[in-house]
Amino acid sequence: MKKLINDPADVVAEALLGIAAAHPDLRVDHRHKIVYRADAPVSGKVGLISGGGSGHEPLHGGFVGPGMLDAACAGEVFTSPVPDQMLEATKTVDGGAGVLHVVKNYTGDVMNFEMAAELAASETGVDVTSVVVDDDVAVQDSLYTAGRRGVGVTVLLEKIAGAAAEEGRPLAAVAEVARRVNGNGRSMGMALTSCAVPSAGAPTFDLPEDEMEIGIGIHGEPGRRRVPLAPARQVAEYLMEPILADLDFTGGDGVIAFVNGMGGTPLIELYVMYHEVATILEKAGVRVARSLVGPYITSLEMAGCSVTLLKADDELLRLWDAPVRTPGLRWGT
Amino acid sequence: MTVELAALERWIRGFAALIGENTALLTRLDSAIGDADHGANMDRGMTAVVAALDREPPASAAGLLKQVGMTLVSTVGGASGPLYGTFFLRMATASGEVTSLDGPAFAKALRAGLEGVVARGKAEAGDKTMYDALAPAVDELDSALAAGVPLGDALGRAAEAADRGRDATVPMLARKGRASYLGERSVGHQDPGATSSALLVGAAAAAVGPSAAAP
Repeated sequence: MKKLINDPADVVAEALLGIAAAHPDLRVDHRHKIVYRADAPVSGKVGLISGGGSGHEPLHGGFVGPGMLDAACAGEVFTSPVPDQMLEATKTVDGGAGVLHVVKNYTGDVMNFEMAAELAASETGVDVTSVVVDDDVAVQDSLYTAGRRGVGVTVLLEKIAGAAAEEGRPLAAVAEVARRVNGNGRSMGMALTSCAVPSAGAPTFDLPEDEMEIGIGIHGEPGRRRVPLAPARQVAEYLMEPILADLDFTGGDGVIAFVNGMGGTPLIELYVMYHEVATILEKAGVRVARSLVGPYITSLEMAGCSVTLLKADDELLRLWDAPVRTPGLRWGT
Repeated sequence: MTVELAALERWIRGFAALIGENTALLTRLDSAIGDADHGANMDRGMTAVVAALDREPPASAAGLLKQVGMTLVSTVGGASGPLYGTFFLRMATASGEVTSLDGPAFAKALRAGLEGVVARGKAEAGDKTMYDALAPAVDELDSALAAGVPLGDALGRAAEAADRGRDATVPMLARKGRASYLGERSVGHQDPGATSSALLVGAAAAAVGPSAAAP
């Protein structure tokens, strides 16, 4: 697999050097592999930190800045960061109002964040609350699995909870907004091609030219099924059917509809997909209040996409519209 | 018969050597049902553990076990870091600031470590995890000691129980971790975590067993 890298072992460290060079309004702790907003800690504001394996850029480091995350911890590619990183980030962003940990639901991420929260409690006294994101409807039976994976909703949650923190809400209220976003969001992804972890150098899984994987995870984890290649219209049906079956999205103030690129699919195809998604939503009587189209939670160079729907009320929409200033999302003042 | 500080250190260094020898095997097992990083992650962690032992030789059982646990937590990542880290940290707390542990005290510390793994990972018997190798080993050690079997031999029996537990994971359906996403497709594969845990118990038997003859 061809890659624009130097040494595979240096990919994460060198990407962080690039982030530091490209975004002087962020600070990077290269020893702990953490990206901070430059003005951290913001006194009196709840700190928001997240993190996870690298390879999903712009998630999470690209979502650090006013209106979103205060810090992001970068693990090795597709490997959870270690508790020392989250502990260091927690200490650095605590402005006296406590810190919210946003954790995607993967066994390693959950355990490492859990240990970090225990260490924070015993070593620093910083008030830490954790919110676990588990929106991937491809994983069906949570009783017999590690539970649904955290995917597209993570982006929307970090934006909305970040806005709630920016408004000066207390930790419990920011956590409540975050849990509400997770509870009202569902996602489903698909892949046309595999990704290749730099240290492995070879594709993570084999997918024949004429097949695609429906229900793929963002690390190349297997999906629900492998099917013959089909037009975008059919792919949209495959992704939307399980999402709409899982939660009633009609009524209320509408949804935020998010078509995400997995890293190797061009924007023109994501817009083709968005059109199909919007058509299905119209037929289903679901009102689209806001939209987001682009590669925001990727899986290295995997070609494919995911669809996320978030049922939003007036308050969530207002928080979504609030100003944000990060490398990955930027609007308002 | 007791487990001296030197035997604890032999155990840890022996485990590191076994992990080094079996890195490729652990990676191969993890490629089948996980994300192909268990061998590399454990080897990185245990190499760091040995470096820490060389740098700062611990003065007590608790000191040694805590150093091992903290190093693993800081270097391994994924799920194995917190699970193995918690195992050694709980063992440290149960052992205390002593330089030798008798059989029951060592067994109690191992039991505390196992309980830590359960608290962290929420695994139960039959979930196809490291628990399926560790739990039978700790049970076997307790019952052998209760029956008056000397510690070295009791640990030998525990190691055999761990190996049987490891082998028993092959037909199991994974219910924890990344392997659980595979559902039925996880059946027929040996669990990599149970495999490294069997190495851990085997290393304990090897470290303590020969010491019976030592002065």
